[in-house]
Amino acid sequence: MMRFVLVFVGFFAALPAWAEINIKEVTSEGGIKAWLVEEPSIPFVALELRFRGGTSLDVAGKRGATNLMVGLLEEGAGDLDAQGFARASEALAAQFGYDSHDDAVTISARFLSENRDEALELLRLSLIEPTFPQVAVDRVRAQVLSGIRSRAKDPNDIAGEHFNAAVFGDHPYGTDGSGTVESVTALTRDDIVEAHQGALARDRLFVAAVGDITADELGMLLDNLLGALPETGAPLPERANEVLSGEVEVVEFETPQSVAIFGQPGIHREDPDFFAAYVLNTIMGGGGFESRLMTEVREKRGLTYGVYSYLVLRDHSDLYLGSVASANDRIGEAIDVIRAEWARMAENGVTQDELTAAKALLTGAYPLRFDGNGSIAKIMVGMQMDGLPVDYIVTRNDQVDAVTLDQINRVAGELLDPEALTFVVVGKPDGV
Amino acid sequence: MLRRFAMAVGAAVLAVPAWASDLVTDFTLDNGMEVVVIEDHRAPVVMHMVWYRAGSADEKPGVSGVAHFLEHLLFKGTETLEPGEFSATVAANGGRDNAFTSYDYTGYFQRVAADRLELMMRMESDRMVNLQLDDEDILTERDVIIEERNQRVENSPGSLFREQMSAAQYMNHRYGVPIIGWRHEMVDLSLEDALEYYEQFYAPNNAILVVAGDVEPDAVKVLAEQYYGVIPANPDLGPRARPQEPPQTSARRMEYSDPRVSQPYVTRSYLAPERNPGDQRTAAALTLLGEVLGGSQTSVLNQKLQFEAKKVVYAGAWYSGTTLDQTTFNLTVVPVPGVSLREAEDAMDAAVAEFIETGVDGEQLDRIKMQLRASQVYARDDVEALANRYGRALTSGLTVADVQEWPEILQSITGDEIIAAAQAVFDRKRSVTGWLMAEEEVTQ
Repeated sequence: MMRFVLVFVGFFAALPAWAEINIKEVTSEGGIKAWLVEEPSIPFVALELRFRGGTSLDVAGKRGATNLMVGLLEEGAGDLDAQGFARASEALAAQFGYDSHDDAVTISARFLSENRDEALELLRLSLIEPTFPQVAVDRVRAQVLSGIRSRAKDPNDIAGEHFNAAVFGDHPYGTDGSGTVESVTALTRDDIVEAHQGALARDRLFVAAVGDITADELGMLLDNLLGALPETGAPLPERANEVLSGEVEVVEFETPQSVAIFGQPGIHREDPDFFAAYVLNTIMGGGGFESRLMTEVREKRGLTYGVYSYLVLRDHSDLYLGSVASANDRIGEAIDVIRAEWARMAENGVTQDELTAAKALLTGAYPLRFDGNGSIAKIMVGMQMDGLPVDYIVTRNDQVDAVTLDQINRVAGELLDPEALTFVVVGKPDGV
Repeated sequence: MLRRFAMAVGAAVLAVPAWASDLVTDFTLDNGMEVVVIEDHRAPVVMHMVWYRAGSADEKPGVSGVAHFLEHLLFKGTETLEPGEFSATVAANGGRDNAFTSYDYTGYFQRVAADRLELMMRMESDRMVNLQLDDEDILTERDVIIEERNQRVENSPGSLFREQMSAAQYMNHRYGVPIIGWRHEMVDLSLEDALEYYEQFYAPNNAILVVAGDVEPDAVKVLAEQYYGVIPANPDLGPRARPQEPPQTSARRMEYSDPRVSQPYVTRSYLAPERNPGDQRTAAALTLLGEVLGGSQTSVLNQKLQFEAKKVVYAGAWYSGTTLDQTTFNLTVVPVPGVSLREAEDAMDAAVAEFIETGVDGEQLDRIKMQLRASQVYARDDVEALANRYGRALTSGLTVADVQEWPEILQSITGDEIIAAAQAVFDRKRSVTGWLMAEEEVTQ
């Protein structure tokens, strides 16, 4: 007997551009919670799993263990070797994606209704019974090492590496989750087994499903798929102490276009000013061609193909970051313009017209995200990880609309800190 | 005339049920503009796209990059829209917009709430013929595209090398010239160059409207007639005949060293036939050949070279037949440390020769066909990808019927046809082999 709780059914049709998205909160008999949208019109299911922690769970000296472990989940499980597993998933036309980042291990699965049970048994094997054969460990390790060597010569990766090292120091966020040549070379099969036990546990699991499946079926599926996971996993890292010096670090690299990352302290999602900051960033550099950074750096001066800023909310850190790339003889001017824009908005805030336009963009674009099983499943699992309630979907646009000109301009003065805006530039920049 | 197609895939014997509810409608306006409507009523969203049958391969010599440059300039205003107002209006309506240029097409799109479709058509039809540019727009935007080239090409040794290899592969066809343009020609692109291209190619009889999402074909037709249907056709638009390749009779080899290379590799391209209207079988066999050789972990090259011989970190094969003129079939192997590029290349060639000798593994082919059938199901979750599929095909000389027959043709290809296609395409005289290296490799 399945029990599931129908916490929320939202009918958003009253709002313009809303599909009816009925989110059910399901709890399996075994106690696994999931958000579900039933969408039987296409005979497949999109399933998203997240395990909080990710590569930040790596213990000292084992950097890259979680990343390598995740890369090995489909390289041998149960009685199947890597080729056997791949053949089986191909024969079912099931699509499994295994990935990891700073804050989570992410599993994305798409499987057809007609062979759902077989596909899920295969997925279960990879999550619960991976065998980590030594031959696979060595082969995938070589692929990871190839990636690490490529990162060492990619200006964007070099910039990220230097920026994170300077800002986060010894915190796991300070180094790349794929590890170093030395740390990955030294990893043993035991390290991989340990990383698996630490990362994939019930106490950090989030689930969303969208597609051709009922709540009852999903409940049963979840117990079969995930019931055998350990209750608890490895401890999560502490909150990071970010250091943002306000300086410009130049990393010499022989390449014609310099790449820059810049950043300053950010804002927490639960801060009462979060939405004001979010709207503010949309005006500053949040993606559209109309942002101030795009207008000043690209449209007016032609200094770059793209310049962006973004609030980066991670589990243990909040930063306000941006990026730009310009020819070596022009990056200096691009940096000056960005700093000037930072100071201008900090001092004078934004205009009512800019606020109105940014709200229109954000509130109009939000419902357009909910346009397919895969995209809705990803949004729902992300909301759970962020601790957002199911009805966030209906209140979110109201929160954007509630931002006033006075509030956003107060936040501009408090948040934007041109003195703390720290740059890492990779290339051969002139006069920087 | 309004034609309505049910996009049925496959026959009754297929494991994945045939799909009849996915409706694609196509019709042609009186001025020659083709319209494709793809319905997906799950969310009140629409993708509005205009594709021009004009890309970088339609440029005249000496102005490489002008097709892409013009694409940027189309955001600079018209008689009724200020520079930047197009995108600002889309954003003010909660949408996003962008554009893209390739060898065979240039496309513009907006993704908005379905009830904003009319506004998008009004603006997009306006800039099809009413573009207003001045010299200042040109200069700033030219700097932007040069920075785009810096970002995409100059900062990436792999991209620089691909440019050189394409130039060697195509001796006469414009596919040998980069879409973004050669830098020395980009820096001199002028307002006149852009406008000449615009006047020649931007016209309703050279365009395809693709509307995908929560729309009714009849309503789209009414709007399309109102906004696009009133634009006169360009009577001077000639047939799309571009310089073709002469017989290719000598294998080409290239080496490129760049200290920014971290992972050396071997890559080879062979000139290959493309999909043609009513004649897609060879292209279908080559598509499957790509999957069989390098499509996944269980593919022939990965099985032999990665798993058995342990000589490569990765092996891949690609073929994309959706082009107007002759395309390429590509092989790549990335050796493990300690294996030379020569050794990796020889192993790749031996593996391909052995494959042609042995033939296609029937079980592998069944798995690939199962995945192709399933991809028809998964594709229905992504109406934008479907819109792109039609846009690309129709600007590459194919018809709606060709697009809809393609899945069945893929299912009907036999192992023997795949081997025959391999034997025909793997002709070294029509190939370019490239070694990408961090420094000069000592050849034995």
